[in-house]
Amino acid sequence: MTLARKTAHELRELYRAGSATPDQTVAELKSRIAAKDGRLNCYVGFDAAGSGVRRNVPQDRPLWGVPVAIKDNICVEGQEATCASKILKGYVAPYNATATERLLEAGAILLGRANMDEFAFGSSCESSCYGPTRNPWDAERVPGGSSGGSAASVAADLAIASLGSDTGGSIRQPASFCGVVGLKPTYGRVSRYGLIAFASSLDQIGPFTKDVRDCALLTSVLAGYDPKDSTSADVPVPDYLSEIGKSVKGLRVGLPEEYFGKGIQPEVEAAVRSAIEKLRALGVEVRPVSLPHTKYAVSVYYLVAPSECSSNLARFDGVRFGRRSEGARNLLEMYERSRGEGFGAEARRRIVLGTFALSSGYYDAYYLRAMRVRTLIRRDFEEAFKEVDALVTPTSPSAAFKIGEKSADPIQMYLSDIYTISANLAGVPALSMPCGLAQGLPVGLQLIAKPFDEQALFRLGSALERELAFPRSAAREAA
Amino acid sequence: MSSFDLRHVARLARLHFTDAELKPFESQLSKILGFVEELKEVNVDGVEPTSHPLAVANVFRADEPVQSLDVEPFLARAPKARGRFFEVPKIIEDRS
Amino acid sequence: MSLIPTIGLEVHCQLNTRTKIFCGCKLIFGGQPNSAVCPVCLGLPGALPVLNREAYRLGVRAVLALNGQPAERMKFDRKNYYYPDLPKGYQISQYDEPLGRGGWIEIDTPSGIKRVRLHRAHLEEDAGKLIHDQSPEYSHVDLNRAGTPLIEIVSEPDLDSSTEVYEYLTQLKAILKSARVSDCDMEKGHLRCDANVSVRRSASDPLGTKVEIKNLNSFKAVKAAVEHEIERQTAALAAGEVIRQETRLWDDNAGRTVAMRSKEEAHDYRYFPDPDLVPFHVDAVIVEAERQAMPEMPRQRRRRYVESLKLSDYDAGLLSQEREVSAFFEDTAARLGDIKAAANWMIGPVFAYLSAKGVTLDQTRLSPDLLSALARLALDNKMSFQAAKDKVFPEMAESGTAPEELMRRMGLEQVSDEGALDVWADEVIRENAKVVEEVRSGKDTAVMFLVGQVMKKSKGKANPGKVQTLLRSKLSS
Repeated sequence: MTLARKTAHELRELYRAGSATPDQTVAELKSRIAAKDGRLNCYVGFDAAGSGVRRNVPQDRPLWGVPVAIKDNICVEGQEATCASKILKGYVAPYNATATERLLEAGAILLGRANMDEFAFGSSCESSCYGPTRNPWDAERVPGGSSGGSAASVAADLAIASLGSDTGGSIRQPASFCGVVGLKPTYGRVSRYGLIAFASSLDQIGPFTKDVRDCALLTSVLAGYDPKDSTSADVPVPDYLSEIGKSVKGLRVGLPEEYFGKGIQPEVEAAVRSAIEKLRALGVEVRPVSLPHTKYAVSVYYLVAPSECSSNLARFDGVRFGRRSEGARNLLEMYERSRGEGFGAEARRRIVLGTFALSSGYYDAYYLRAMRVRTLIRRDFEEAFKEVDALVTPTSPSAAFKIGEKSADPIQMYLSDIYTISANLAGVPALSMPCGLAQGLPVGLQLIAKPFDEQALFRLGSALERELAFPRSAAREAA
Repeated sequence: MSSFDLRHVARLARLHFTDAELKPFESQLSKILGFVEELKEVNVDGVEPTSHPLAVANVFRADEPVQSLDVEPFLARAPKARGRFFEVPKIIEDRS
Repeated sequence: MSLIPTIGLEVHCQLNTRTKIFCGCKLIFGGQPNSAVCPVCLGLPGALPVLNREAYRLGVRAVLALNGQPAERMKFDRKNYYYPDLPKGYQISQYDEPLGRGGWIEIDTPSGIKRVRLHRAHLEEDAGKLIHDQSPEYSHVDLNRAGTPLIEIVSEPDLDSSTEVYEYLTQLKAILKSARVSDCDMEKGHLRCDANVSVRRSASDPLGTKVEIKNLNSFKAVKAAVEHEIERQTAALAAGEVIRQETRLWDDNAGRTVAMRSKEEAHDYRYFPDPDLVPFHVDAVIVEAERQAMPEMPRQRRRRYVESLKLSDYDAGLLSQEREVSAFFEDTAARLGDIKAAANWMIGPVFAYLSAKGVTLDQTRLSPDLLSALARLALDNKMSFQAAKDKVFPEMAESGTAPEELMRRMGLEQVSDEGALDVWADEVIRENAKVVEEVRSGKDTAVMFLVGQVMKKSKGKANPGKVQTLLRSKLSS
């Protein structure tokens, strides 16, 4: 029983050599899932329709025979897509997301749908209507969120890789908590078509993988212009895999002082700083930089994202699909009850907050002002990237917290995204990779690059990964 | 932000709240709005708002028909349908 | 009490594209409910809009045709409200950076030409249709229309009577049709209108409280509704009441406006930039190309007819209104080589026929070829104008048969043969000695009686001009 432990690029080699088959990999993963997922709760559903695999894809395609988990907010034709929300239970997507289509064309096997915070609202995977996902490293702890199921499934060897979505850190923070690699690509790099929108100007789909090479492999499959998404960028996709193993000597990285301030767990800071020393040893030039508007990022985010989501979630009205409350006496009651009963507490909180921020008399003071400060945050990055090729920061101020620890206090929960939110606001690509342990739990290091310079992330990430020898196996043993 | 009128905003958002839910929600939202007050200290004079992080413009599609959706299986799973129509409670409110 | 009304119009016009504004579903009229829908226009989770280039091009064209300025930068905004015909819970529209601003429409008023200023024009998507008559308990939703491209044209409050409103709509429709922006088919709902009406005591007073009237489905309804609303407001003020700012619905059957049920909440559309769509920067090259390719507008054509073709302003107005009519007229005139005669044929028999039948030119079998041939026969005195107009024309319009053939078949050829005319003239002179005497003694008008007698003998086939000349020469000798 070793195929489940493999990376996608290792499986490719085994398949090519004829020493394993996709069926064997799937069978192994399924038996692991049967044994472990009752407790971990990474998956909310499996491919019953058979639409998770495309027949007759040639074996030379990049993800041929690689089983992948898909976050429950990415549409797969013929399968449920519920965003882990009661309001969408039973909703079957009648079309494929572009990301889904690209995976299928690349030969991937879409094993099942991964758990998440309801509508991706959360940093702990606790707000799912299917119950929380548990962290494979310590089942009393959260896997992070919102893409908690995607991160935990890869960490626990219940999937070879997975897709998540990242609006304010929803890929990078769970990647950090679960000790796997997670990438939020540049805004516009991966099509959002078929990703059930949370905040359209922030959302990006990205991969979770066991190593940086797989991350580059999946990104090269996902990236590229899509005429179905007006916000997708018509920018050529470079050869990401060629960055793996390249020398990093002479590259310049910046340490933003605002990311190493108060509130950071000392062991987290220590792990990140020790990894930075390894980069320095590889010939990377490390220098301090400043992103002065960082402290406003959480406030900007918690106005912009709820505003967009309040409108994006208006379509869940019980008219055409999804849940409708029974016995409403009139149209207004049908709307209010269907939505009031269908959305969970955090979803309702954000919808109300966003509705308020956009409402007459408050728009300028809240939404518009937040959009202006967003410009300042974006400019901070532009300035910093005049001097450096990439930024290095912790992904999260702490390692995985306990289930229930922050769920009563929304602001505490929001603050756990403090290091990841800015990249979404500025649209820049950012990768989280494990860099060490804090009290036995994984610590994530975040690399941030210029727009459309994912290459820098893969080059630096793969070089650092070789130096770190992160003990990934601890997770699957614990799980 | 003690003046936060949850009932009004909830009606705009078509969200039902039970009476028991109102108070805690109201106080949480007031706290969040208090938190984001910090943005008032930022000088944003002459700063353009960012609605898209990247400067993409003029994205069009050609005026070419594509296959429409086979709606019957979709209607079959709709919350309520009649024939080829979606069905809703009789509309008595007037449109906005 | 006579008050001064002030009226502004908001007209929604369907753009003449093949597919919807943000997806590739075809625009259909009628057809099975929910048969032209896709994830985008159904508002399914995850679906995204992409702007139809043709909708944008036609929008720019409309702005130019209306003398407006296409914006250098435009963007789309979401107008948020809940209604079952609005699948996403918001309408994609334009708020503060619309497609175009300014412009004007010229209308005819008793005191001359008036320029009605335009405020702005923007692009938006249409909603679906709600059907209320299938059940007492339920309403039904058909989303075929959802996502249809519309341009909304908002006038300044420059109109001051229902007649001007009607004239404005007529001119607007003519312009949009001429520019090939829209088919403007009223029956298919291609043009829909809301009117804002207020009254005040004197032109120096500030504008009165504005009332918006919706549900106006024909030009006649707009005119009637505006008239009624002016009367209603005038009467209300006379009775010492205060006009409330409100939206009223026009009830076409009852012929009155009624206040809409007040909402549970004030409108708050929470407009904000649609993050699923990008901004659009107007390409000066495209705008210039559209300007160059712009077909002649009715007003320009009218001016040309007056200045170059020497038509009266009235005739020019009638012939310039619609592109098809103008083209037909100009083609006929060119074939005939007689502008005035072609104009008279159009304004007389052709218009009468079209209006009696309630059809447009392309629904008849008329062609410039046929019409000019018929006009030529009359001009050359092969038959009388009367016979050509009353007998041959209707038959030709119905059947498309060549006029010569109809003339022969109906036996309407005019007799210009001197021999036959000579015989009839001599008979008439013989039989009407008394009248002949009157003519000879200087009562010139009496000659027409004799002409009439010859016509009678010829059973209408004689050429009256020739007969008159012949009689005069006989009687003067």
